[in-house]
Amino acid sequence: MKTIIPIGPYHPLQEEPELFKLEVEGEKVVGLEINLGYNHRGHEWLAEKKTYDQVPFLVERICGICSNSHPLAGVQAIEDINNVDIPLRAKYIRTVIAELERLHSHFLWCGLAGHFLGYNTVWMWFWKYREPILDLLEKITGNRNHYGMMKVGGVRKDIREEDIPEIEKALKLVEQKAMLFTKAILDDPVLAARLVNVGILTKQQGMDYGVVGPTARASGLAIDVRRDDPYASYDLVKWDVIKFDEGDVMAKAKVRLLECFESLKIIRQCLKEMPAGPFDLKVDDVPAGEGIGRAEAPRGEVIHYVRSDGTNMPIRYKVRAPSYMNIASNAVAVKGCEIADAVLVLAAVDPCYCCTERLVVANNNGQKLSTKDLLKLSWQKTEKFRSKYKK
Amino acid sequence: MDEIIGKVKSKFEGVKIKENSPRRIYIEINRERAKELAEYFFKDEGMRFSIATGMDTRKGFEILYHFSLDSTGVVYSIRVYIPKDDPKIDSFANFLPATEWIEREMHELLGIEFEGHPNLKPLLTDADFQWDNKHPLKKYK
Repeated sequence: MKTIIPIGPYHPLQEEPELFKLEVEGEKVVGLEINLGYNHRGHEWLAEKKTYDQVPFLVERICGICSNSHPLAGVQAIEDINNVDIPLRAKYIRTVIAELERLHSHFLWCGLAGHFLGYNTVWMWFWKYREPILDLLEKITGNRNHYGMMKVGGVRKDIREEDIPEIEKALKLVEQKAMLFTKAILDDPVLAARLVNVGILTKQQGMDYGVVGPTARASGLAIDVRRDDPYASYDLVKWDVIKFDEGDVMAKAKVRLLECFESLKIIRQCLKEMPAGPFDLKVDDVPAGEGIGRAEAPRGEVIHYVRSDGTNMPIRYKVRAPSYMNIASNAVAVKGCEIADAVLVLAAVDPCYCCTERLVVANNNGQKLSTKDLLKLSWQKTEKFRSKYKK
Repeated sequence: MDEIIGKVKSKFEGVKIKENSPRRIYIEINRERAKELAEYFFKDEGMRFSIATGMDTRKGFEILYHFSLDSTGVVYSIRVYIPKDDPKIDSFANFLPATEWIEREMHELLGIEFEGHPNLKPLLTDADFQWDNKHPLKKYK
């Protein structure tokens, strides 16, 4: 007999309130229906009412965690219409901010994944060492989040030379801890039992659903806008695209963990090689035309399309966030999983979840499942494995 | 000239090519053959479907299907115009599941019919919401 278990409309793990209707037979998930739109704010329509100076601030507020990727893609789209080549120093600064953002976002995901597995130490430690990264962002941009750095033609603030030793000191601390966590996570047999072969998304499914970012790179699709369609200073520094072929939750975790080290590598090179000079360019009016800007957010490719008619406001502004493609792929990834794993699989694509956790109660055939119940199910499964390995 | 554009020109007569910047190419095609071109991009050239942009313009509804060729970093956008008095186009969802959501969204926001779509219910608003045949991104006099 099929039962439907709704998770949401306020999903416990996600920023965007969404409703996942899990179709289950016994313990197995056999289908998934996704309802979204609970948090639709009409950004595309609003952007048509803002000037090109205001638009980066507006799109910055689409997401709290990738609050640099959206304005970055946006200003690149406008620069594509204008054919602007921004100063070299601005390119390096954009890269540093983007990579710091990736670091803190991946730390956030790893911590939450630990929490859902019943590894609360992992959660606390990751989040503890996420703080120095946020402090760095505050030091450079003035804000822990919503940095307000991107503008058409460059960036709004410079990175001061005297701040660089302090930045490097913090990066060293973060690297040490990231190394420690990565080793601990990859060596843990219980985590391997919970994550390996769970929620597999095959390469073909990934292509069909057009997944991007770590979700794609964990399924054998080596795509990364930073390398494929280079922007900012990514083509000027050395780094690697991390790829795994398994497609399970473990592969997604590994991609994110190892990407942290690539980010550190990129930031260090940028700080070393950043040339002196202007970091901003005065851009004249935007001519009529159309442009596409892309940026690799922590979760994958962000793409913005801007159409201009020569006035100071766009006439069409299209935004596509990475989760739009990745969440749709859950419909195939979660099939065949147990309910205890479903929460984890749905979270494995890292749909932005920076807002407060909210309680959800589902009522079906007298069966009630709340956030706490879902977490308990997941934790119980981990405990089972733990006691097995203890013996 | 881009190699793929050469192939597209010989395969699909009458396409209009516009190259704004080196890695951003726009291909205008009539709506009857848009699906064929998309299928060619996805299956034969191995492109990834990024997103589609739908908008209401003076020439009618305009849809841009953005395909990304990740080996070269070029974004190929298929441009299709759809007359406002007959807002219909073939759905791509049967061979490209990635288009399922965006077609639902364009149907909801602009009122374009995607023929052959498996489930054309609204994506963002509640299914019971009363539209009175109006659409948020459609321009009215």
